[in-house]
Amino acid sequence: MNDNIKQIKDPVLSIRNLSVSYDKGKYAVKDVSVDIKRNSVTAIMGPSGCGKSTLLRAINRMHELYENIETTGTLILNGKDIKNMPTIQLRRMAGMVFQRPNPFPTMSIYDNVIAGYKLNGISLKRSEKDEIVERSLRDVTLWDEVKDTLYKKGTFLSGGQQQRLCIARALAFDPEVILLDEPTSALDPIATAKIEDLLVTLKENYTIILVTHNMSQAARISDYSLFMYLGELVEYGKTNDMFTKPRDRRTEEYLTGKFG
Amino acid sequence: MKYQHKQIAKSKLKSRALKDKAIRVLVVLLSVVTISPIVLIIFKLIEKGYKQISLDFILKTPPNSYEAMTALANGELIPGGIANGITGTLLMMVVAAVMAIPVGVVTGIYLYENPGKFMANLTRNISDILQGVPSIVLGLIAYIWVVKGITNGYSALAGSVSLAIMMLPMIVRSTEETLKMIPVTIKEAALALGVPYYKVILKVLIPTGFSGLLTGILLGISRVLGETAPLMLTALGSTIINLNITKPTSAVPLLIWEFYNDPNMVGLIWSSSLLLMAIVLSLNLISKQIAARTK
Ligand SMILES: Nc1ncnc2c1ncn2[C@@H]1O[C@H](COP(=O)(O)OP(=O)(O)OP(=O)(O)O)[C@@H](O)[C@H]1O
Ligand SMILES: [Mg+2]
Repeated sequence: MNDNIKQIKDPVLSIRNLSVSYDKGKYAVKDVSVDIKRNSVTAIMGPSGCGKSTLLRAINRMHELYENIETTGTLILNGKDIKNMPTIQLRRMAGMVFQRPNPFPTMSIYDNVIAGYKLNGISLKRSEKDEIVERSLRDVTLWDEVKDTLYKKGTFLSGGQQQRLCIARALAFDPEVILLDEPTSALDPIATAKIEDLLVTLKENYTIILVTHNMSQAARISDYSLFMYLGELVEYGKTNDMFTKPRDRRTEEYLTGKFG
Repeated sequence: MKYQHKQIAKSKLKSRALKDKAIRVLVVLLSVVTISPIVLIIFKLIEKGYKQISLDFILKTPPNSYEAMTALANGELIPGGIANGITGTLLMMVVAAVMAIPVGVVTGIYLYENPGKFMANLTRNISDILQGVPSIVLGLIAYIWVVKGITNGYSALAGSVSLAIMMLPMIVRSTEETLKMIPVTIKEAALALGVPYYKVILKVLIPTGFSGLLTGILLGISRVLGETAPLMLTALGSTIINLNITKPTSAVPLLIWEFYNDPNMVGLIWSSSLLLMAIVLSLNLISKQIAARTK
């Protein structure tokens, strides 16, 4: 394990001894330490219930909204302890995309993209808004599809378009990392392929952390992979290495479809 | 053998079809029974009340008993209208809504945010009990609190308080139910953008559930619109248009009751009821429309 952690220089995110429990004493994530490489796609894999979402949601401190959840350990994002960051700053730096597309149903496409600014009461000039909306929608290859319907409700879009809109919403804040929790599991194969292509291009400017159930998806687009089992980090390394010569028996069994 | 088998199957099918038909007839019959009261009510109100309906009926106050008697003796329509009742009802509704909506919506949000908490369960149960309190009792309470305690006499405010208490549980419930129907992922989407919790409620949850909230409020209003008993103990009634909340005020249902008790004026009960019914029905239809459009 430790050699893996040390392989990565200047990580965008360092997780140290992270544990999360929903009920006291029952850990959904157990003592996970890992470094995430800048401008890469890192996939978090593992069987259902192994703690992937829980780990991901610890990164933007989503857990602090729920009283029963206890989080211990240290997360350093861009050199700063996330504990000491103002919530808004942390969540601007770590954008999140959910399993089901969730554009705000009352907002237009345009407003959905700049929702982070609007809802936080950050005022922008019209020209700044226009620029952010266009840039974010171009980044997710949605601009050409929606540029004539920017003022229509975001919920009129197809599922795949909605999900790209949600990614654009996160990109509008110009985040450091983008956290995605099974972003394609509710989408058809074509929409999925589009999102996968998108993530690969996005890593030029952002760091992508992707929870996925889908091993071939992890193999296709991720540079690094993390394999979790029962809340523990079992194996971590270059995706290629992990898929060709897994070091742990559990990883191998998972990858060969013996469980999960 | 085979033939016989078929016969049995056929007769079975026949009896099943018969049963089917019988049930369908029963269902239609029962639905007719359900809708006939409302149809009969509306029909009766229109039949007996339409003659009195005119612009004057909405714009003027009622005649005195003598004027009504003279008109009746001359075979004319009763002059005047129920403007004092309409304005009184409007005034008390607005004041009641201003009191009940913020409290009800905030309480509903509290219940939604704290499911399973002791205080929330207690509040929910008390709110349910409140819904069952007879309206005359709420009138008595408003009499003690407001008529005796604040306005030193019968007043629109007292009427509004009794109506507001009546609306409150309905608004609380509909707010909680509406918020529960909004997917958690919408809430989390806002939180993941770093939006503070109170802003998530104000700027995301309430706008998203707005039509549901509005529907609940309109239904609450239409439910108490026709309340008479508590108003007798609080607003009392007035022969003139009154817009001062500390003074006695008329209301459409109060007028119906007054007309009913005066043999010269009794001819006005039908048109007044027709108007009240029309307002209640429109509120219901509007809220249904809002609910349907957002589904
Ligand atoms: N809100 C919660 N309250 C209590 N326990 C929870 C809660 N959410 C998750 N858990 C538990 O924590 C463990 C990890 O859950 P988590 O959602 O992180 O798994 P996952 O790997 O994302 O699973 P999946 O692939 O099914 O999404 C599971 O045992 C789950 O039952
Ligand atoms: Mg999950």
